[in-house]
Amino acid sequence: MTKIVTYKEGRLDKYYIPALLVGLKVTLKQFYKTLFLGQATTINYPEEKREYSQRFRGEHFISVDPTKTENCTACYLCQTVCPADCITIVAGERPEEENPFGVKKEKRPVSFDIDALRCCFCGFCEEACPKDAIKLSRNYEMATLDRETAIYDLDHLKREVKGRG
Amino acid sequence: MTLFDYIAVAAKILFIVGLAFSTVPIMVWFERRGAAWMQARVGPNRVGIFGLMQPVADVLKLLSKEMFIPAAASKFYYNLAPAISAIAPVAAMAAIPFGSYLIIGDHKVNLQIASLDIGILAVLAFAGLEVYPIMLAGWASNNKYSMLGALRGSSQMISYEIALGLALVSMLLVYGTLDLNAMVVYQDQSLLGFIPRWGVFLNPLAALIFMISIFAETNRLPFDLPEGESELVAGYHLEYGASKFALFFFAEYVAMLMASGLFITIFFGGYGLIPGMGWVLSFFQTSLSPDMFQNLTAIAQIAAFVFKVGCMMFFFVWVRWTMPRFRYDQLMHLGWKILFPIALVNLLAVALIIAWIGV
Ligand code: SF4
Ligand code: SF4
Repeated sequence: MTKIVTYKEGRLDKYYIPALLVGLKVTLKQFYKTLFLGQATTINYPEEKREYSQRFRGEHFISVDPTKTENCTACYLCQTVCPADCITIVAGERPEEENPFGVKKEKRPVSFDIDALRCCFCGFCEEACPKDAIKLSRNYEMATLDRETAIYDLDHLKREVKGRG
Repeated sequence: MTLFDYIAVAAKILFIVGLAFSTVPIMVWFERRGAAWMQARVGPNRVGIFGLMQPVADVLKLLSKEMFIPAAASKFYYNLAPAISAIAPVAAMAAIPFGSYLIIGDHKVNLQIASLDIGILAVLAFAGLEVYPIMLAGWASNNKYSMLGALRGSSQMISYEIALGLALVSMLLVYGTLDLNAMVVYQDQSLLGFIPRWGVFLNPLAALIFMISIFAETNRLPFDLPEGESELVAGYHLEYGASKFALFFFAEYVAMLMASGLFITIFFGGYGLIPGMGWVLSFFQTSLSPDMFQNLTAIAQIAAFVFKVGCMMFFFVWVRWTMPRFRYDQLMHLGWKILFPIALVNLLAVALIIAWIGV
């Protein structure tokens, strides 16, 4: 909740000095609070990490079934909906023996690439997917040393993600 | 001069230059971490313990960079500007006393590099030199932003020098001397029996005007218009890099040190002991010989001086992270239409009071 503070300009405000003293008091109080009471609002990042919301949209992953077969059926819905044009799917046929539960997933992605450098993390792909296959995890540490690493292939997308990461 | 005198002077110069060189990294560190603390941040804490080595890293980076000179710059003046800017405040510190005197053998060593009768004028003369590097740097860089920064800087410094000078003259009337050492001796007594007779209690208005003016003279926020990052990129030192920029950076902090030293010498009793220190020292009076006691007092005075300067430097940083920058016309308005008349009236009032009651 935003707190709305109203301030009525008094006669003393014309002379600046009282207002300046108030300002000095505010900074000194904050100085004391941060230094001695440890009330800094920033954190020592790589050592401490911020807890983001459950709905945070980070690095993509593709959910898999217990036999490590991806749930994706290469329906192209995500590729179609993606506003940034960063999903490239090549569809193929899935061999019979890869469907141990009798669920027919006849189509499969032969390759599934997401160019994270183009992605705007809008989450549309996740919403469009009829098989709940593509999802966005909560991992936000995606910096890479070269561009190639930022293009996620199927192997990378099928990595194990607990909960939502 | 005997050999002893030469050594004494060399030692004093070393002390002052050492003070300047050691204050700068501490101040740079404190400026950054203090800023963080005032803004509820953690601040740079990676290099060394508490990030204390951060200034060393900064300086190493600056010194190892390429010395770049813009093609259209006027090379001689371009190189001259940072040199003057670093030398002027250090030279001005020569006349500021940092203690009374030490007794070594049968010699009396004044704790002041140059014991000048006109000390205050020498300090002002060297401080006045500080406007040249800004003008030279701005003009010689051949860059429009530098040029604007230099114009702002020089007009601002000249405007505020007047209010500063008038506030100072009113204090000179009170002290009746131009010798900084004599001023400190004057302030070393007590007023009405319980507060020290410091200039700030005698004439708080002059102290306020003087303080505002030194903020403008040292180009610190809220008067840092010559640098104005938001509109002038970096102002007069925009075209400087590597070790030349390091010199400007160094100069800013030494100028602060010098201004703090001058301010406390005139208004806060200079090296005079802080109330309470004299009481502690009096326990040693009987057990030590008079010479040794004087030496002990002198050391306590140096400590008091360093402490007072430290408080003033903290104030500089504190103000910097509290106040927004003035707009340029507001700055000129404050300087010419507010501070200047107040300083004049203050001077007149002080002169009348002194003529009336005498000092
Ligand atoms: S999050 Fe948005 S931009 Fe990124 S891949 Fe999915 S649909 Fe495309
Ligand atoms: S990830 Fe989902 S939407 Fe995209 S192709 Fe596979 S099944 Fe279709």
